[in-house]
Amino acid sequence: MENGFITAVYVTASILFILSLGGMSNQESAKRSVWYGIVGMGLAVFATLFASSVGNYWLIVLMLGIGSAVGVRVAQKVEMTEMPQLVAALHSFVGLAAVFIGLNSAITPPEGLVGAEITIHEWEIILGVFIGAITFTGSIIAYGKLAGSIDGKPLTLPFRHGLNAGGIILCLILGFMFASHVGMWTLILIMLIAFAIGAHLVMAIGGADMPVVVSMLNSYSGWAAAATGFLLGNDLLIVTGALVGSSGAILSYIMCRAMNRNFVSVILGGFGGSTGPAMEIEGEMVSIEADAVAAALDAADSIVIVPGYGMAVAQAQSSISELTRRLRGAGKNVRFAIHPVAGRLPGHMNVLLAEAKVPYDIVLEMDEINDDLPETDVVMVVGSNDIVNPAAQEDPNSPIAGMPVLEVWKAKQVFVSKRGAGTGYSGVENPLFFKENTRMFYGDAKASVDALLQKLN
Amino acid sequence: MSIVGTPKEVAKGENRVAMTPQSVTDIMKLGHECIIQSGAGAAARFSDADYKAAGATVVKSAADLWKKADIIAKVQPPTNAESKKFEKGKTVISFVYPSDNKKLLEAATAAKTTLIAKDMVPRISRAQKMDALSSMANIAGYRAVIEAGNSFGRFFTGQITAAGKVPPAKVLVIGAGVAGLAAIGAAQSLGAIVRAFDVRPEVAEQIESMGAEFLLLDFEESGSGEGGYAAPSSPEFREKQLELFREQASDVDIVITTALIPGRDAPKLWLEDMVKAMKPGSVVVDLAAERGGNCDLTVKDEKIETPNGVTIIGYTDFPSRMATQSSSLYATNIRHMLTDLTPEKDGKINHNMEDDVIRGATVAHKGKITFPPPPPKVAAIAKQPPKEPEPTREEIAAKEAEEQRKAGVREIGLLAAGGLLLMVIGMYAPASFMQHMIVFALACFVGFQVIWNVSHALHTPLMAITNAISGIIIVGALLQIGSSSWLVTILAAISVLIAAINIVGGFMVTRRMLAMFQKS
Repeated sequence: MENGFITAVYVTASILFILSLGGMSNQESAKRSVWYGIVGMGLAVFATLFASSVGNYWLIVLMLGIGSAVGVRVAQKVEMTEMPQLVAALHSFVGLAAVFIGLNSAITPPEGLVGAEITIHEWEIILGVFIGAITFTGSIIAYGKLAGSIDGKPLTLPFRHGLNAGGIILCLILGFMFASHVGMWTLILIMLIAFAIGAHLVMAIGGADMPVVVSMLNSYSGWAAAATGFLLGNDLLIVTGALVGSSGAILSYIMCRAMNRNFVSVILGGFGGSTGPAMEIEGEMVSIEADAVAAALDAADSIVIVPGYGMAVAQAQSSISELTRRLRGAGKNVRFAIHPVAGRLPGHMNVLLAEAKVPYDIVLEMDEINDDLPETDVVMVVGSNDIVNPAAQEDPNSPIAGMPVLEVWKAKQVFVSKRGAGTGYSGVENPLFFKENTRMFYGDAKASVDALLQKLN
Repeated sequence: MSIVGTPKEVAKGENRVAMTPQSVTDIMKLGHECIIQSGAGAAARFSDADYKAAGATVVKSAADLWKKADIIAKVQPPTNAESKKFEKGKTVISFVYPSDNKKLLEAATAAKTTLIAKDMVPRISRAQKMDALSSMANIAGYRAVIEAGNSFGRFFTGQITAAGKVPPAKVLVIGAGVAGLAAIGAAQSLGAIVRAFDVRPEVAEQIESMGAEFLLLDFEESGSGEGGYAAPSSPEFREKQLELFREQASDVDIVITTALIPGRDAPKLWLEDMVKAMKPGSVVVDLAAERGGNCDLTVKDEKIETPNGVTIIGYTDFPSRMATQSSSLYATNIRHMLTDLTPEKDGKINHNMEDDVIRGATVAHKGKITFPPPPPKVAAIAKQPPKEPEPTREEIAAKEAEEQRKAGVREIGLLAAGGLLLMVIGMYAPASFMQHMIVFALACFVGFQVIWNVSHALHTPLMAITNAISGIIIVGALLQIGSSSWLVTILAAISVLIAAINIVGGFMVTRRMLAMFQKS
């Protein structure tokens, strides 16, 4: 009776979770689908409380209470620009929980297992702890890099691939030892080695590749939950973990494709070196003042704004929103072009613009807007660099050759708002800045846009 | 600190001036002082008071100005009388036409005056802002259309009015340099049908981007010369070209010729028989009149009408006819030159002969003639790489079919491999494990199908909600918290705590984000 009830609720929760993710296909249904997720989670937790092995209810209530309070506070306080850090931090929790549950399961093995079941169970524990540990430290490092407390530059130790491979082999050996009941210490060692691997993996990845890392960790946290489900024999955990795991995997895949990078090469870290001398860039960067940009915007009919991480750093989104409102008020066609890897999190720019009250129907994806760019009067590039770099198409020796980019240089006029004349985060020279129809609008993005607002008619 | 001075132009009919109140403000930012001869800007409608207001000092006589100024900026080449005022160590910037003005170069070397020729600025992108030939050609091209319109008895744009139908004017522009392109743009925006021809195939794209039709000559020879200019063509090529023009002559209403080859007389491209073939009322504007004209019948500096009613305009002073506009552009060209000559913006002239642009434009320096300069290092317009042949429709279809087939093979291969793997596991693993495995595999599948449909714009909320959902791991912790081992209870309790943060934080932040997405 009890078991049947719990199973029934778990099925309902699984379906609700699937609906919840499926609802993310558009902005309006997404608002509804969050509730599916919340109800599913509530049902699942509620039903689990009826399981026979659950005890110490006072402790559960206490922990749930504290956890919820912290969760509410965090969710209310977080700035949208800090979303990448928050997401990374939350991943680390799932990883840590998976590690603990794995350890617990090793301390008190379930009864009634025979033969191959025991071996499988032990390997499930190893897998759960291993993935959980990598997720935990990887996410903590990712958090540090995104929050700026750890240097964003990739750490390239000598023999770094060897170190990782050695760690994995060592874990395998220790795993066999654990499965043949050598002792708990083997599992603890596996955990420690996995901690090291996780930290090292993410340390080796540069700031510009962070979107891939975060979505990869998202995927790992899912697989960790699924592995936990296996070791507990809990189908709800398996289903949910698999959903989250595949979601993260797809996001990583999309990010990699948008950078024309191989997933493996991103994960192994270090930025791929160029294969030959970079194409020589002709021309010079010509700077421009706010009044000239304002005049061009006043004269333009169609305007496309390309935001990048620099916009988030300068907190310029609300000024840009105001600019958009003014220009649209003057009857101009203003749109935003978002590259899949703009920002530090997939879809990060969309959230920042939404927060600044830019209507989402004028915020378009790369594929939707690239064909319109040649007919666009003015393109404003705010704090982005690689995603508008023509070298990706023109220079086969460029480190970013073949990456799909926003073809802003085809527009009649391009203004690039940028702090100063240097290469960006990735260190790749950008020929766009030297094109004849490009003008450099130097200065802090927010200050520049505010200056524009003053000068507009 | 140096003093930059501009005298009144002495050449007859020259209305331009090399310094404007705006350029005075900008030049003073470089640390220089500006002086101007009284009345120098009058013909371009800049008054002495305007200059004074901008910060310049107005001096009465030309002699005074030449004496006081360290740098003299003017438009026309210095005349004989003016070159007598050259002094050692001073710099004169103006049009020079050094290949025709040997005497002037000698005067400058004798006086050890540095002479910078605005017409010798190399045609590379970095130097465009000081390229006075381009800025003046731009004006000439525009003005050529206006002058043609003035003599042309019809509308440019086609109209259907109550009083009858008006056909659009057909304009042929020969030579798509700066002037040609400006003429194309002006004629196009007046509504005419514009065709254009150039011997350099690489400018076809520019012509088409201005909305004009590029007249293609089917002949294997590129007419591109050094530095973005055209080179002389072979007799066969020329014949082909004339044939093409002959075909056009009876059809077009306005012809604007801008063909020039550096250092030579203008090529004759619009011959007498073509003029005869044109309709009465047609107009030919010859922008090459200065160099003998592209048209056989052009008379320099005059507008004539042929017996069959074709107007031929041979003016050479188009920029001067728009003195206000051309002065402000020319003054800006001069100002940019001064910016490059004063790299530190401290009023100190640094005449860097290593610099490609400065070297190219300097024709006399420190008592030596420095003309002609070594050839510029970079091509003005990138030659287009040969295009690969466009794939035909069948080829594209075949390629797509091949890709589809490959994708199919890959998909089936993956499915087969996955199925096989499952079977192998199934042979050894116990039944309870296999049940979980099936659930896992199906869930992955559902996950992949569902997530592909998620909008790119919602990827961040998606991550936040999957974060919250992965907090489901709380269920595992709950099942362990009732354990008899205190260690297990503590670890499980911590897991419940952090999973709860995850769940509540994740869902709330997702809601917060989604609420922000508003439609316009």
